[in-house]
Amino acid sequence: MTHVPNPRPTGDFRTSYAGDRTLFATRFETNAVIAGVLFVLVSPFLFSDYILSQFIIIGIYGIAALGLNVLTGMTGQISLGHGAFFGFGAFASAWFSSRGIPVLLSMPMAGVLTMAVGMVFGIPAARLKGLYLAIATLASQYILEDFFARADWFTGGTSGSLAETANLFGFQFDSDGRYLYLVLFWVIVSFVGVANLARTRDGRALVAVRDHYLSAEIMGINLTHYRILSFGLASFFAGLAGALYGHYLGFVSAEGFTIILSIEFLAIIIIGGLGSVSGSLLGAAFILLLPQAMETFANALATLVPAISQGTAYIKQMSVGAAIILFLVLEPEGLVHRWRLMRANWKLFPFSH
Amino acid sequence: MADNGEILLRVDDVSLQFGGLKALSNVSFAVRKGGLFSLIGPNGAGKTSMLNCISGRYRPTSGNLTWNGEDILRHSVNDRAHLGIGRTFQNLALFGHMSVLDNILVGRHHKLRNNFLTGMLYWVGGARREELEQRRFVEDIIDFLEIQHVRHEPAGTLSYGLRKRVELARAMAIEPRLILLDEPMAGMNLEEKEDMARFIIALREEFEMTILMIEHDMGVVMDLSDQVAVLDFGKVIASGAPEAVLANEHVKKAYLGEADELLDELADTAERAIA
Repeated sequence: MTHVPNPRPTGDFRTSYAGDRTLFATRFETNAVIAGVLFVLVSPFLFSDYILSQFIIIGIYGIAALGLNVLTGMTGQISLGHGAFFGFGAFASAWFSSRGIPVLLSMPMAGVLTMAVGMVFGIPAARLKGLYLAIATLASQYILEDFFARADWFTGGTSGSLAETANLFGFQFDSDGRYLYLVLFWVIVSFVGVANLARTRDGRALVAVRDHYLSAEIMGINLTHYRILSFGLASFFAGLAGALYGHYLGFVSAEGFTIILSIEFLAIIIIGGLGSVSGSLLGAAFILLLPQAMETFANALATLVPAISQGTAYIKQMSVGAAIILFLVLEPEGLVHRWRLMRANWKLFPFSH
Repeated sequence: MADNGEILLRVDDVSLQFGGLKALSNVSFAVRKGGLFSLIGPNGAGKTSMLNCISGRYRPTSGNLTWNGEDILRHSVNDRAHLGIGRTFQNLALFGHMSVLDNILVGRHHKLRNNFLTGMLYWVGGARREELEQRRFVEDIIDFLEIQHVRHEPAGTLSYGLRKRVELARAMAIEPRLILLDEPMAGMNLEEKEDMARFIIALREEFEMTILMIEHDMGVVMDLSDQVAVLDFGKVIASGAPEAVLANEHVKKAYLGEADELLDELADTAERAIA
């Protein structure tokens, strides 16, 4: 990713090593994140269920994309099977909760189980790279899809399985507003966790494996260990997000977890910014809101030009495609990069660097 | 060969073959503890292949590598950092997208104990304390190599000379007992070379590291090393004290060809070095 300077505001000095390694670079960023969290906290009192459901889905997709970003962005390993792991988490959590485990506990347990499965599929990844790895992970997508359809005891087979409503000491997460809090909790835990990972030993090791695996090995990094670990971490977040998704819908069926979903996750991290923690959430918001923005756009166009009112659905689809292509041409490094450029511009104006 | 001092690394009859190509044949030498051993030779002589055998990139077809009386080849590549072997690369192998600081911290990998779980928890479980301790250690290296001003820059954006320094910093962070330097001065201007020479001397004297260096700059080799081995077509054609090696007829032929002006130039260099 191209480097964009981020000068600190005048007078904001770093006087300790701890102060130099904080989660957020500036006080403004810290405040912005706190404001964002507060906004989500009060949103159930402000918005309709429809808008809240969008927040929930963005949060869930954001967690899954974060996992893929650990794998693809940080470690440089591509995966075309992320959607299947997402589905595996949904089924696993539904299965755990049907055995009497409280839903709030079954969600992280589903994450851990998915992590174990992901690490098994990650074993060939320790030896494969690039396109070969893409094809190997494609195999994991199809193997898992087949498993969903056949393993009646686990997934309910073709009829799917029911996922219970989460509850905490009698507090039912049964409305969108309440469920949003649960999703928000896991979003914060996941994103802070990965941001912390990025500034500690194993996170650095993952990036080292991506940037130059030969010298990483000389520096004492066990390549096999870290490649499999990164598959495990990616699968954990996919599984956790899948569990949240399953219990939100209340019903899990295999049709939702196809290769299309896996590619959608890849699109999210590419548009958000490869290797960027916050980019995962931005990308999820972009990919999920774009079709709706384009629908509004197509409808507005149809009112102006009544002749095309029959074709708004097509116009919507085509505009989504066009927007993504334009985005990739104009900002191949993702929303996060665009944001950094704007920030640098603002701070350095009228100078360019 | 070694008349005094303990042997840290012994290369014994090492051969390396790629299909029909013999990159190294029956190479033997010994690196004394605390010494500076230089490997020289024309391009393609097998110097870097030799280093790769020691650091683990290649596995010798035959022969032994003994580290402190222990067989190195039994250790996996990533284990060798733990043994105390660090290295720099000829063609710069930094982690381009990471900051200089993080690059150097990667060198501390085998000294750190936090894992992905404690790392994610950061504040609980000691990762924070440990990271900050290591930061202190790394800052000492940064001070020593005078790269404070770029510590937050991504390594890939630095100039060539600075990148070479960051490579050295990263290798130093391993706290190796033996550091392998692959052409530390290649492509540098005079000033940068002088700095690098100063650092190499300090590595030996202050940090008490043993150095095995590949270098083409004969002035540097003569000035700094206390032992030299000359490789040509994968064979050691001479080894010993620098002056003696330079006087060797084989070396003159193999390394410099037989052009008289080159020989004269070399003789001048040698004289200056000895003086």
